[in-house]
Amino acid sequence: MGPRLRAAGLALPLVAFVSVTFLGPMVNLLTKSFYDPEVADALPETMSALRDWDGQGTPSDEAFAATAREFVAAREERTLGRTANRVNRVVSGMRSTIMGDSREMAEAAAVAEDAGVEMGGAFWRETMIGIDARWGGPEPWRALRAAGQRLTARHYLKALDFERAPDGGYQRAPEAWRIYVPLFWRTFLVSLGVTLLCLVIGYPVAHMIANSPPKRANVLLLLVLLPFWTSLLVRTTSWIVLLQNQGIVNDFLVAIGLIGDDGRIAMIYNMTGTFVAMTHVLLPFLVLPLYSVMRAIPPAYMNAAVSLGATPFQALRRVYWPQTLPGVGAGCLLTFILAIGYYITPALVGGQSGQLISNMIAYHVQTSLNWGLAAALAALLLGGVTLLYVVYDRLVGIDRIGLG
Amino acid sequence: MMVGGALSPGYRVARWGYLAFCVAAFVFLIAPILVLVPLSFNAEPYFTFTEGMLRLDPEAYSLRWYRSILDGDEWTRPLANSLIIGVSATVVATVLGAAAALGLAHPAMPGRKIVTALLISPMITPVIIAGVGMFFFYSSLGLAQTHVGIILAHAVFGAPFVVITVSATLAGFDWTVMRAAANLGANPLVAFRRVQLPLILPGVISGSLFAFAASFDELVIVLFMGGLEQRTLPRQMWSGIREEISPTILAVATFLIVFALLALSTVEWLRRRGAARA
Amino acid sequence: MKSSGAIVLSVIVVAGCRLAADPPPGSAPGSDAGERSITAVSYGGSYARACVKGYHESFTEETGVRVDLADFQGGLAQVRAQVEAGVVHWDVVDLSVAETVNGCDEGVLELIDPSILPAGPGGELPEDDFLPEMNTECGVGNLLFSSIFAYNREILTGPPPTRLADFFDLERFPGRRGMRRSPEANLEMALMADGVPKERVYDVLSTPEGLERVFRKLDTIKDRVVWWDTSAQAPQLLADGEVLMTTAANGRIFNAQVLEGQPFVIVWDGQVLNRGQLAIVAGTPRLEDALRFVEHAARSESMAGVGRYIAYSPARYSAEKLIDRHFETGTEMWPHMPTNPANMKNYLMTDWQWWADHGDEMLERFTAWLAR
Repeated sequence: MGPRLRAAGLALPLVAFVSVTFLGPMVNLLTKSFYDPEVADALPETMSALRDWDGQGTPSDEAFAATAREFVAAREERTLGRTANRVNRVVSGMRSTIMGDSREMAEAAAVAEDAGVEMGGAFWRETMIGIDARWGGPEPWRALRAAGQRLTARHYLKALDFERAPDGGYQRAPEAWRIYVPLFWRTFLVSLGVTLLCLVIGYPVAHMIANSPPKRANVLLLLVLLPFWTSLLVRTTSWIVLLQNQGIVNDFLVAIGLIGDDGRIAMIYNMTGTFVAMTHVLLPFLVLPLYSVMRAIPPAYMNAAVSLGATPFQALRRVYWPQTLPGVGAGCLLTFILAIGYYITPALVGGQSGQLISNMIAYHVQTSLNWGLAAALAALLLGGVTLLYVVYDRLVGIDRIGLG
Repeated sequence: MMVGGALSPGYRVARWGYLAFCVAAFVFLIAPILVLVPLSFNAEPYFTFTEGMLRLDPEAYSLRWYRSILDGDEWTRPLANSLIIGVSATVVATVLGAAAALGLAHPAMPGRKIVTALLISPMITPVIIAGVGMFFFYSSLGLAQTHVGIILAHAVFGAPFVVITVSATLAGFDWTVMRAAANLGANPLVAFRRVQLPLILPGVISGSLFAFAASFDELVIVLFMGGLEQRTLPRQMWSGIREEISPTILAVATFLIVFALLALSTVEWLRRRGAARA
Repeated sequence: MKSSGAIVLSVIVVAGCRLAADPPPGSAPGSDAGERSITAVSYGGSYARACVKGYHESFTEETGVRVDLADFQGGLAQVRAQVEAGVVHWDVVDLSVAETVNGCDEGVLELIDPSILPAGPGGELPEDDFLPEMNTECGVGNLLFSSIFAYNREILTGPPPTRLADFFDLERFPGRRGMRRSPEANLEMALMADGVPKERVYDVLSTPEGLERVFRKLDTIKDRVVWWDTSAQAPQLLADGEVLMTTAANGRIFNAQVLEGQPFVIVWDGQVLNRGQLAIVAGTPRLEDALRFVEHAARSESMAGVGRYIAYSPARYSAEKLIDRHFETGTEMWPHMPTNPANMKNYLMTDWQWWADHGDEMLERFTAWLAR
């Protein structure tokens, strides 16, 4: 067995394991974001009858008959609710239209059957428009047809606050429905803000550790590493204990008379809570790479600069700072990337204004069950993060991620 | 490190500012963690220091929240689940990760960069995305709401830690030694055990500790994939915080802080030992 | 070396999996595995405790089937997810009528034959004994609960709020508000507070202008709202002083009052009543035991059992008579019940048909509004 094979053979089990348990789910996720066969499978005849429709006026009589047949049958089998949910995601309001109208369509079918009336296309056209005039226009049919597309960009459109225009083109969603782009934007800004805050706090901290005598440096390093190793839930709990209305910080401020008992400050369940807790959680991720870079900078450089007549500030800015830039870049990127996918902390201490894009993804997975949209949002986020990694890779190399 | 001598008053102010700022930053880092410890001994069901506590009145302190951890299975079962899942995931991650690191470190390894990127990818994907993807995929395989599903997920997140730490111990390893051993007739297994194993052992141990800690603290995957039977410690804390927050949580938190201290000390000790040897 | 490594590895993986392989939650009836069990899902906290004391324990005593308790926060999402993923872990779920009707339409709940409903203790026929509209194709009524708003007397020390409109009045009552992160009851309350007569609430909600109006009203307090997700958070927020007032399920506030002695006050004006049901998740392998459980829960004694622990009104007239005092503290229960006429001077009964048809759309709209 050659050394190449042996080396590859050693890595193979993990490669296979990662491919199945991680890459598989990722590919599956991306597929879900543009492939959605549910409505097409549930209403096959309707879809084939709608295929030739030009999207103007109403479709053929056949389409009316096929839709009515499939609605009534699905209602009977108790599967129509699911299909209606799916169509509703394409055009809001379709669920109540389908569920309400199909109830009456089933009744009409029963009456017609008793009376021996033949239920052809013309019959259903008249009946359906009679039940709900909307079937006499193109909107509900467009919604049905759009929902029936297996390969679809609609989840991405929605995730970018766009929608299909009546003429088949694309347009921005109505103001009240534009929520995802602002949320991506908020997530980006919060991550940026947290990263900068971490940098401002972390830079002097890392500097102090790197320039302390070894014994003291070890103790100081411990103060950074303990939070790093402590459970995220523990740290989040402690911020709740500290920041809540009857919490320690407010109690302290009241005790020293800075605020009145009725003037307690709302520091949690809002953006402040998200900001403070996230900064605390992510600070070690910035301090540690900075520290490892700063440790390698010989103090002689600064001394030389100062003895050559530079003020300490000039020396800091011209000599020290440039040498730490690789650490700053790496640490900031790492922090930013971690921040942008944050879920637990905003969910627990963020209130509504502190929610980020990941909370919305979780909402669509667990509550609205709009998995296609969740997948599209996740794919967009993943795309953004991947882009950042390419930058990171250029800067420091992806295989050189260190562990505190 | 700053040179002494002609210190301007401005410089001195800046120096004091720097010191004060750093002290404040260290307090910010550590105080939120330490504050939980005394509060967990609060005799009252409050999340703040009572007057008695501030007076250091022994009456104001009690072990009642620690006792309530042991009452019923509200916390003991999650602890058992966390341990089962954590240990199993760590074993899988360590074995696969260490082997892969050995392969990756070998000079003859083909496609090292791309393989490394693949193996590291679970660690650097935002966990919400991985969690959602795994939930869909594992559900379709019937692995959602099983221990096995969560163990596999945690193992794939833990493996990169082992790969990284073991790779670090192998950096600069002289592979000709292995060839020499083979030339001298040692079979590869013996050569591995005698030469490489002692070298990578600290990396294996600290990597597996990282993997275990990651699983022990993991919540997003468990939230998406775990059911009633898979409640872990973080999952129980999540419910506790969101539903009825009781000071028992502080006692559990204190336990987790002690765990963090132990894990941290072990890793640091291993690292220093490694550094001392190098 | 590669092969031996692979063997060692597979042994470890297999051993790990075996170690971790969990017994299926509750063995199917008929299998010879020792203990039978079902999983009942409800809202957790004090309500779940009332259910356990009220009828889970007596069910287990009678049938030997263990009842495992799981928590959720209402809604069909998890039921749908389980049926969709084909892995049903839950058996019996506590839902509102609108949710049950939707779940029935979607085929994620089992049809329940009304003939399983037991007669009352005096032989009352179920069809006469249940309150109107309590039972549907897939749901068996168990109680009536109410969304009210409440405040903490120790924190709100000035003149107290007495009307629903006061909840939205930030000028007279400055301070944060707690609300459930969901459109149900919130939309109705906002409209009523905005002056819409209760008979017209759902008509107004059905129009685009009406919806605009609701969200405009909610906009007036949006910045001051702390949204809660779990029913237990509402009394917690009130106790911690995080909010000045909060909407809540009335039973949660009641329990905090009697069990923890919290100085909370419920404002019954504009309460939104809703019907609660039990339903069975479609495709459960434990259908037989689940049906027995639902039958047991539908007995008047079971409903009265719940009503002696938490202030939710039972779904049967005959059960009302069995409720007197709180089981642990001896508090008179009826003054705290949402269907007590004294508390019903101005109430709204939730229109389940409207919510069944519009619930998903309202949730979508509400979420979009929240996110902005």
